Amino acid sequence: MSRIEKCFKQLKRQNKKAFIPYLTAGDPNIETSLNLMHALVQAGADIIELGYPFSDPSSDGPVIQRAVERSLAKHTSLKGVLALVKRFREENQDTPLVLMGYLNPIECMGYQKFAEDAEAAGVDGVLVVDMPPEEAHDLLQIIHRSELDCIFLVAPTTHEARARKICELSSGYVYYVSLKGVTGASHLDIDSVRTNVNQLKSYCELPIAIGFGIKDAETAAKLGELADAIIVGSALVSLIAELKDGHEYSRDELSKHIALMAGMRAALDRS
Amino acid sequence: MSELSGEQLYDGPDEHGHFGIYGGIFVGETLMPALEELNRVYTKLKQDPMFWKEFHNDLAHYVGRPSPLYHAKGMTKALGGAQIYLKREDLNHTGAHKVNNTIGQALLAKAMGKSRIIAETGAGQHGVATATVAARLGLECHVFMGSEDTKRQAANVYRMKLLGATVVEVNSGSKTLKDAMNEALRDWATNVDTTYYIIGTVAGPHPYPMLVRDFQCVIGQEARQQSLEQCGRLPDSLVACVGGGSNAIGLFYPFLKDEAVRMIGVEAGGLGLNTGKHAAPLNTGAPGVLHGNRTYLMNDEDGQILETHSISAGLDYPGVGPEHAWLKDIKRAEYTTVTDEEALSAFRFLTRQEGIIPALESSHAIAYAIKAAPDLPEDHLMLINLSGRGDKDIHTVAQIDGIDA
Repeated sequence: MSRIEKCFKQLKRQNKKAFIPYLTAGDPNIETSLNLMHALVQAGADIIELGYPFSDPSSDGPVIQRAVERSLAKHTSLKGVLALVKRFREENQDTPLVLMGYLNPIECMGYQKFAEDAEAAGVDGVLVVDMPPEEAHDLLQIIHRSELDCIFLVAPTTHEARARKICELSSGYVYYVSLKGVTGASHLDIDSVRTNVNQLKSYCELPIAIGFGIKDAETAAKLGELADAIIVGSALVSLIAELKDGHEYSRDELSKHIALMAGMRAALDRS
Repeated sequence: MSELSGEQLYDGPDEHGHFGIYGGIFVGETLMPALEELNRVYTKLKQDPMFWKEFHNDLAHYVGRPSPLYHAKGMTKALGGAQIYLKREDLNHTGAHKVNNTIGQALLAKAMGKSRIIAETGAGQHGVATATVAARLGLECHVFMGSEDTKRQAANVYRMKLLGATVVEVNSGSKTLKDAMNEALRDWATNVDTTYYIIGTVAGPHPYPMLVRDFQCVIGQEARQQSLEQCGRLPDSLVACVGGGSNAIGLFYPFLKDEAVRMIGVEAGGLGLNTGKHAAPLNTGAPGVLHGNRTYLMNDEDGQILETHSISAGLDYPGVGPEHAWLKDIKRAEYTTVTDEEALSAFRFLTRQEGIIPALESSHAIAYAIKAAPDLPEDHLMLINLSGRGDKDIHTVAQIDGIDA
């Protein structure tokens, strides 16, 4: 059983929803990212989505675009992000880590090497934003031979036949994109999310995580009621954007700075 | 690759949009259903003679086609070799080949009932051509343009505004064409229900590389016919500049099965390939994935897209259409480069020899001819795609000359 699967089973027994924060690795630098990951676990993160940077993040809004630019200014590479995962694993062997980003850095590394190195570093899942199921065959073949899960997106525009296929190809969980748009957008319509997610639940056997546009504890609680997990990206990345690159932050300082995360966790538990 | 027969090599893309390993559909899930729908609508309209009748009617009476095939005797004489023929896409309405595609895609937008059009632009030619068809059809139009390019192509920005379009300056990344395309993709994902995205070149996710080619290949169809009529035979070589590659594929495609016809695509060599400051992915890059398709890209060892450089905004792009990547690999077309400096002297050369001011993009094709034609026999017919006129580049050239034009 994969770490992700185990995590969801355990939460289900406790009747809890998973809290999944996203951060861009290397923003503002790798050291701070490492401390932030531990601080996020302290704040109640069940799974962490770790973004590896790509120069052309065409599915991301301005908040994550700027995070990627800051990360690339520090020359963060996919290889460097795998090294970060390895260091995180020295202290934490339980929290599942999902790498999230675009396909080109993985193509450049080579699918086989990527899968081997990611697994060895302690990665649990991979979500490639610009790789729809139609183009996933080659990478999936390799991922299926590893312990890695491959997570796909379902969008509000996805019709049922596609969504069924996506659920079949996915493992770990399915990422439901709550709105038409880019990450960090602010036009979330909870009623339409409810309708779509309920439909998805009727045939999807995997846990469903909802992401895009979740900015506060109240929304986290509301969406938590609808699915198995919520994903928070831009709201966290906006806080990280306030951190200074030259400064060394202790984990306590970081925990205080991202107190919104613990607040979201608590709201999710009350829902 | 080797399992395909000669004919099949040129019948791409397959139903998934692949030219060999190139092409495909690499976008976020939100856009996948929109691309499926576009493919469905286009596949159907492609079979409809009325659709093509309307397209060609617009090309004849609105764009001014067919564009002439002009025997450039002054240039031929000055070079003392191959006979030079220019396909005069610069004479089209709006001044370049770009309008062939926007006329076709506007018909698609209309058929799909979309009320809003978006586009990305580099030199501004595609932006102007899009704003033009949007004005004509009364559609709302937003054009995304890197802030580097709005500076060097200020006249085209004003033209788009006159036509009623909103020009959105893009300040992310390298602030050029690739970033404009990222921003257009983001807008499309946000407004996908109402919006049609007119991609300006033969790149992007399937079906764009196919449908843009189909609209642009009117260039090659006419040129083939004109060559037969005017010269009594097909040309020996075709030359076109390649950024994304729409004018080149438009010229090449109808000749692909004429195996004796050589095809030369000219990429932007910028300050020289050894300086890294260029935009020549086919000459220096490797296969990767960007903007919805797999193709040759300029990227670093970590897969990050490199900033490009070219004197011409329209060639300043780190990728290239997937069909060109395929034609390179199967060796049906050759791809070379000329530098900024060579393009600039070709710009001056054509202006003085023929009284035709070429776009800096098209000047790259002219520059290749200046190098290659003198060594070719006098009975060699070289057909160059003069893809656009140079009015938009007067300021750039004047600035280099130290003149305040």
